[in-house]
Amino acid sequence: MDFSLIAQQLINAVSLGSLYGLIAIGYTMVYGILRLINFAHGDVMMMGCFFAFYGIMIFSMPWWLSFPVAIVLTAFLGILIDRGAYRPVRNAPRISALITAIGVSFFLENLGLVVFGGRPKGFPRPELFAGIYTFGDIRFLGLSIWVPLIALVLLAGILFLVYRTRVGRAMRCISYDMETTRLMGVDVNRIIAITFAAGSAAAAAGGILWAMKYPQINPLMGIIPGLKAFVAAVLGGIGNVVGAMLGGLLLGMAEILLVAIRPDLSGYRDAIAFGILILILLFRPTGLMGEKLPE
Amino acid sequence: MDEHRRRNQIFSIIAVACLFLFLLSMHFYADDYQIRILNNIALFIILAVSYNLINGVTGQFSLEPNAFVAIGAYTSALLTLTPAEKQMAFIIEPIIWPLSVIHVPFFVSLIAAGVVTAFFGFLMGFPVFRVRGDYLAIVTLGFGEVVRVVANNTQTITNGPLGLKGLANYTNIWWSWGIAAFTVFYIARLVRSSYGMAMKAVKYDEAAAESIGINAFKHKMLAFTTSAFFEGIGGGLLAHLITTISPTLFTFFLTFNLLIMIVAGGLGSITGSVIAAVVITWGGEALRVVEEPINLGFVTIPGIPGMRMVLFSLILVLVMIFARQGLMGTREFNWNGLFRKIRAWTHRTAKES
Repeated sequence: MDFSLIAQQLINAVSLGSLYGLIAIGYTMVYGILRLINFAHGDVMMMGCFFAFYGIMIFSMPWWLSFPVAIVLTAFLGILIDRGAYRPVRNAPRISALITAIGVSFFLENLGLVVFGGRPKGFPRPELFAGIYTFGDIRFLGLSIWVPLIALVLLAGILFLVYRTRVGRAMRCISYDMETTRLMGVDVNRIIAITFAAGSAAAAAGGILWAMKYPQINPLMGIIPGLKAFVAAVLGGIGNVVGAMLGGLLLGMAEILLVAIRPDLSGYRDAIAFGILILILLFRPTGLMGEKLPE
Repeated sequence: MDEHRRRNQIFSIIAVACLFLFLLSMHFYADDYQIRILNNIALFIILAVSYNLINGVTGQFSLEPNAFVAIGAYTSALLTLTPAEKQMAFIIEPIIWPLSVIHVPFFVSLIAAGVVTAFFGFLMGFPVFRVRGDYLAIVTLGFGEVVRVVANNTQTITNGPLGLKGLANYTNIWWSWGIAAFTVFYIARLVRSSYGMAMKAVKYDEAAAESIGINAFKHKMLAFTTSAFFEGIGGGLLAHLITTISPTLFTFFLTFNLLIMIVAGGLGSITGSVIAAVVITWGGEALRVVEEPINLGFVTIPGIPGMRMVLFSLILVLVMIFARQGLMGTREFNWNGLFRKIRAWTHRTAKES
């Protein structure tokens, strides 16, 4: 394998990995605070894509307006889901919350099938991202460079929110001890709503980039990226935002590496994530950057 | 111990006889559509009751039935197809040797489906029960996906995405209801045995159960493997009911349907699982009206295809929010309870009059 091929695959891996990372951030934030696997996260991402799609197609917004509007709408959707489905089961056993999350996930998927229709829709790729660049033997889509950059900016924004603001401090407190935080006068429900909003916004951004990369969307598109992003979050150490991005990058590398080295095994691509998940849970359940979870 | 034991046995026999007479009348008078629904109901009773054993009774929330059903369906289908049929079906790459020549009767293939699936369940159990709670759910969900991916890619065993077509339609109401009755009977006996007690102990407090000498891992494995056995047989029945199987049939969607049933019925209650399997399978058919245009005479409401699943997922969320115990909680049906209720009721009406 020569240098240009390696560079080519590296670009693909980083771009795919940062998408997993962006989606994983939402999982890790919600899990860190509520100890809840937000099953619907991948479907929230799907909704974000459709918001952006209809913004352009029906309301004929330019993409630079439609994408931010979609991200904001998705953030509100996240808050709505928390308010409508998760808050009522917050004090129930954790399994009840998990079942609720599975229900919400199926609700969004099937609502999407009913409202948007099951046929895949072509997603527009704005000119800014569509250019193809050539360096020697390496050819890549402009999007492949934009994806990691945008991911980095969003990661920085979320890190700022979590580690440098009062809201972020409250989030970290809740993840240690929700009851005590409540006693300190923090409006826990409001902080959790903000967490859902931030996670959903990151998912929407990741989803829109995803949709531009494989330029089509359908109501079931969120399932596989959602599951893989969860694996990325566990790989990086669930509850840790930087870890989620790192886990996403590693997962992206592993997938691209398999396809590059053994193209005949590329059909097993979707199974790798779960192989990694099982190994991680067996040998290092706290992930790469995670702290030991209290039982 | 139980003074009414004899009476209860007689009533149980009468109930089974009633079911038999009902099926017999259906066998002669029902149309194909009704027979199909009856088969589906029996199938979902088998799947829901065995899924409930691991999720409800033992309290290990897992999401793998689609994997087990897939393994069972493929095993059984590959065994009942004749060598000639297999040669015809595998057009891209020929099927590997022992499978290419084996051909067994339906019943043997069902047993094989159960045993093979149980074996896979046993192997899966080792990594799966190293973790708990949400992680257990995700790992088992992952296994479901892996089985589907493998079925898609092992061209020489499963025929890949093409699937297996033209299976003989062996599954009739006698097979499906016979096996359903056996499954319910067997699992109910298991739950009432000392093994079942230990499983419940593991569910309520694993540490406490360990401290009184219950091997939690062993009992989780027992529940998981037993569950796999019956899910596998269910898969074999499913394959020979719909006569065409392919990897797309065994998505998480199947698991989701079963999850609604055991949750709505009450996690841990066999009675609840059976009732929910009947009501939801039958109700799912009845709910087709929401997907068809409704003509009210003066106005026609257009049908919305796919609306049923939206309703089902809403029901699941609403059950979790408002009725977490489901229909039965962890209670079970028994004759003594029924007669107590009837006595209390007649007593009350007698007093009132």
